[in-house]
Amino acid sequence: MQHDDVIWDIIGNKQFCSYKVKTKTQNFCRNEYNITGLCNRMSCPLANSQYATIREEKGQCFLYMKVIERAAFPARMWEKVKLSKNYERALEQIDENLIYWPRFIRHKCKQRFTKITQYLIRIRKLTLKRQRKLVPLSRKVEKREKRREEKALIAAQLDNAIEKELLERLKQGTYGDIYNFPIHAFDKALEKQDEGSESEEDEVEDEEEDDEDVGHKEFVAENEIEESDLSDFEDMNNLKGSSEEEEDDDEGETSENEESEEETEAKGKSKGKTPLKGPVRKKRAYVEIEYEQETEPAQKSKAT
Amino acid sequence: AKADSVEEEAAFPPNFSVSEIKNKQRRHFMFMKLKQEKRKRKLELKKKRKKEREALGDKAPPKEVPKTIENQRIYDETTVNPEDEEVAFDEGTDEFSSYFNRLTNPKVLITTSDRPRGRTVRFCEQLSTAVPDSHVYYRRGLALKRVIPQCISRGFTFLIVINEDRKVPNGMVLCHLPNGPTAHFKVSSVRLRKEMKRRGKDPTEHSPEVILNNFTTRLGHSIGRMFAALFPHDPQFIGRQVATFHNQRDFIFFRFHRYIFKNEKKVGIQELGPRFTLKLRSLQKGTFDSKYGEYEWVHKRHEMDSSRRKFHL
Repeated sequence: MQHDDVIWDIIGNKQFCSYKVKTKTQNFCRNEYNITGLCNRMSCPLANSQYATIREEKGQCFLYMKVIERAAFPARMWEKVKLSKNYERALEQIDENLIYWPRFIRHKCKQRFTKITQYLIRIRKLTLKRQRKLVPLSRKVEKREKRREEKALIAAQLDNAIEKELLERLKQGTYGDIYNFPIHAFDKALEKQDEGSESEEDEVEDEEEDDEDVGHKEFVAENEIEESDLSDFEDMNNLKGSSEEEEDDDEGETSENEESEEETEAKGKSKGKTPLKGPVRKKRAYVEIEYEQETEPAQKSKAT
Repeated sequence: AKADSVEEEAAFPPNFSVSEIKNKQRRHFMFMKLKQEKRKRKLELKKKRKKEREALGDKAPPKEVPKTIENQRIYDETTVNPEDEEVAFDEGTDEFSSYFNRLTNPKVLITTSDRPRGRTVRFCEQLSTAVPDSHVYYRRGLALKRVIPQCISRGFTFLIVINEDRKVPNGMVLCHLPNGPTAHFKVSSVRLRKEMKRRGKDPTEHSPEVILNNFTTRLGHSIGRMFAALFPHDPQFIGRQVATFHNQRDFIFFRFHRYIFKNEKKVGIQELGPRFTLKLRSLQKGTFDSKYGEYEWVHKRHEMDSSRRKFHL
């Protein structure tokens, strides 16, 4: 026999109900057929033999009804009515089906149905908008990538690479006539052409202005080549080393001795100017070279 | 105990490895000893070799080139040969041909993901100063699919979307507009202008030159062309600015410098502008479409990251 009061007495207050969730202020009911979600005498589906709910499945709303006549047949206990997709029509359907039922249940059913339709609309709206996809990061992989990036950065030697590329472009003439450097001895083959172009060029960029007189252009060119001993690029060093040797062979020592005087003068001039790291260093480089040449005969003389 | 272990060493069976000792202290000691032995042997070998080299003098064989990762890189069959006609033909007819034939000028739209934080916003602004003719717009929750037709109608050639995570930019989608390829990169090590040491003044409006280094394979080539198409075709040499995309081991380093030629053998560079590194995640034909797009290249970690000497760009 179905004694609702007795059932409620037991599960509602005195003893255990597995669907009940207790919090400080409220008791909730986890039963899926519960209409309000709270644990009350009127809302408990176990303690009411005449009960109705609204539930939704995959966007479709159904009205579930339970009557005392079917209380003995659990398999057939809940009657399921599909509600129309039209909101007003569905409300009418609820009214039709629950026509002589208690006011509380009718009202709560309609409330629940309204809530469900509202959240279904929201779901549909959100799926049309962009979804943010969360991609999980693997810590190991991220660390590995970071490490590899650092090593790649060191291997890249960016500054050197950029400088090299820019000088390549200058050499190939992509800049046209903006920079008028006398280009000498990268390639022996280009020298003849370059000498032709050098004689036409009169101006040299800012810091080189001290070194330069129209008559002494060749010396200036020589200076610049020897200055590059201190350059960063190994390639250039090799090239310059080789070109220097060639030039030494070709042009003999006399011109270089003359240059040494000029260079010391030039050095004096540059010292008078505001000191720039580049030029001062270059002059120092020269000077070292010249000392080597000068001291060799001096040593010989001392020995003898 | 240590003396014992030294004597016991002789009694161990051959093919014995230090890791089989169960006692941690002794195992550690034996391992240290092993290491010392190895080091000693290596040093002896080195000394011997050096002596031989000195003894031979001029006749010594040339020094061996040390192995680097770049040396040992597995040869990629898609490496582009400069004279390859097929590649040249492809490039004549691909989506960038209109840029390279000087028919279109680049116009770049830079935007972010939703609700960007300060760092990302500043990064976008600085990026827009580095790329001439670029505009920064706030995203405000717009869907990219709607944004793209609008951009096309307003004549933009590039769309850059900087993705942000936890207040830091971490991804970039670079989309060539009319119908062009979309590249998705992972962005790391972003340095804004004020974090750079010894930096120069802000970049001017002059178009910078572009340097693309080490884009050797076919994929690298197409990515390189994409970067080149971001900047106006004719750089203004008066500005003396250069934007560099340097590829090293599949990481693309972006730098923005101002250069000055001190003489014909020396150039000084001063870094201005933001710097960041990119790593290509995927290249998609057509504009941005994550669901139905046709991917030309996707980074698959398990297949592609298995070898430390294999690189794709």
